[in-house]
Amino acid sequence: MQKSNAGLVSRSFAVLAKDIRLEFRSRYAINAILMFGITSLAVVSFSVGQSSLPPVLMAAVFWIVMFFSAVSGLAQVFIREEEAGTSLVLKLNGPAEPVYLGKLFFNFLLLSTMSMIITPLFFMFTDAPTDGVVAFLAILLLGVIGLCAATTLVAAVIAKAAIKGALFAVLSFPILVPLLLPVVNATEIVFDGGAFIDISAHLQFLLAYAVIMIVGSLLLFRFVWEE
Amino acid sequence: MWWKILLFVGMSAMIVLSFTTLAPQKQIGESSRIFYYHIPQAWICVIAFAMSMVFSIRYLMTKKIKEDDKASEAARLGFIFCLLATITGSIFAKVTWGSFWNWDPRETSIFVLLLIYGAYFSLRGAVEVEEKRAALSAVYSIFAFVTVPFLIFVVPRLVPSLHPADSVVDQNLKFTMGPTIRMIFFSSLALFTALFLWMFDIGRRMHRVRRRLAESEA
Repeated sequence: MQKSNAGLVSRSFAVLAKDIRLEFRSRYAINAILMFGITSLAVVSFSVGQSSLPPVLMAAVFWIVMFFSAVSGLAQVFIREEEAGTSLVLKLNGPAEPVYLGKLFFNFLLLSTMSMIITPLFFMFTDAPTDGVVAFLAILLLGVIGLCAATTLVAAVIAKAAIKGALFAVLSFPILVPLLLPVVNATEIVFDGGAFIDISAHLQFLLAYAVIMIVGSLLLFRFVWEE
Repeated sequence: MWWKILLFVGMSAMIVLSFTTLAPQKQIGESSRIFYYHIPQAWICVIAFAMSMVFSIRYLMTKKIKEDDKASEAARLGFIFCLLATITGSIFAKVTWGSFWNWDPRETSIFVLLLIYGAYFSLRGAVEVEEKRAALSAVYSIFAFVTVPFLIFVVPRLVPSLHPADSVVDQNLKFTMGPTIRMIFFSSLALFTALFLWMFDIGRRMHRVRRRLAESEA
């Protein structure tokens, strides 16, 4: 780890680098969320067959895949620490906030890697219109940031509880509803042929949501981590 | 003691008056009487959840277990009143809009509130150690409460709603109700609040007694 007088940024990057190295050794989390995403996309594609989905269903399918993929893998960063018993060492090495930021950034990298693979597959499987792809990517980016911002703290909470897997989805969903509603709505508008300007209110909202969730998590994380 | 008798008499009088006076809303008719119950319940639900959040913050500040008892008690009562508000709202929706549930923004937000506190109780059930349970559930309830303004103020603006918004005050913040209706409505609000505080006090004392019993046995 870093020296004790290192700054917030370098500490956070140390945590991030450690988690990336661990992930490259086992590839557990990325495999879990990637396989989950591909499987559920394939299931939808099988059952729909040749007929094409209306925009509202395409948007819903995409974000259902994103939500459950996130829930299947993003808790791993904290569960791994608890199970290996390494969280105590990490706690001794410095304050809580860099740990949160490092884990948040790790989850962001994980989910964006996954969506870089899932998104082209999604367009291939569902024949979604690619005209508004820039607007779609903007929604996707802010949606991924929001997903990570809200679930990283919940992951830290459930890592300390007895039944982890089921609890993560249960605790995350109510917090993510304010994100999922506008994100599905905006994606639907884009698939319906809407322009960038039609979703600017949604994008502002998503940005506000992400900022508030990150600030809230930064304030609260200490109480979970030091428990 | 006297105020409990007063509460009983007042509550009975309010219930009788709410069914015997003229219906509060002429177009909707008799079914609009439910508003004497639905709005106070929704109000108590918000008060209780806000109290739960304040006690959670106080727990994290002081680490005194009695703050956690109060937070969980407020959340429990808030959940009950939230359920009642959902049921009364759903009955009203059936009568006026034709279906019990159609994902109106208000219905969505109250449903999410129920989910948040359902999740809160599942989290409490999943942690054995008392201090750990208190800290984790306090963090979750604060974090979840942060999203509530989004649900109440932002999401209904993105999606149109059928929920009557001007039943208490109109756009110019003037009371839309006549004097009799206003009197019954505000006494209902006050009586429900008193009932809630009484229930909260009983729950809080039960937690304390249970804790003392456990201590004397140990």
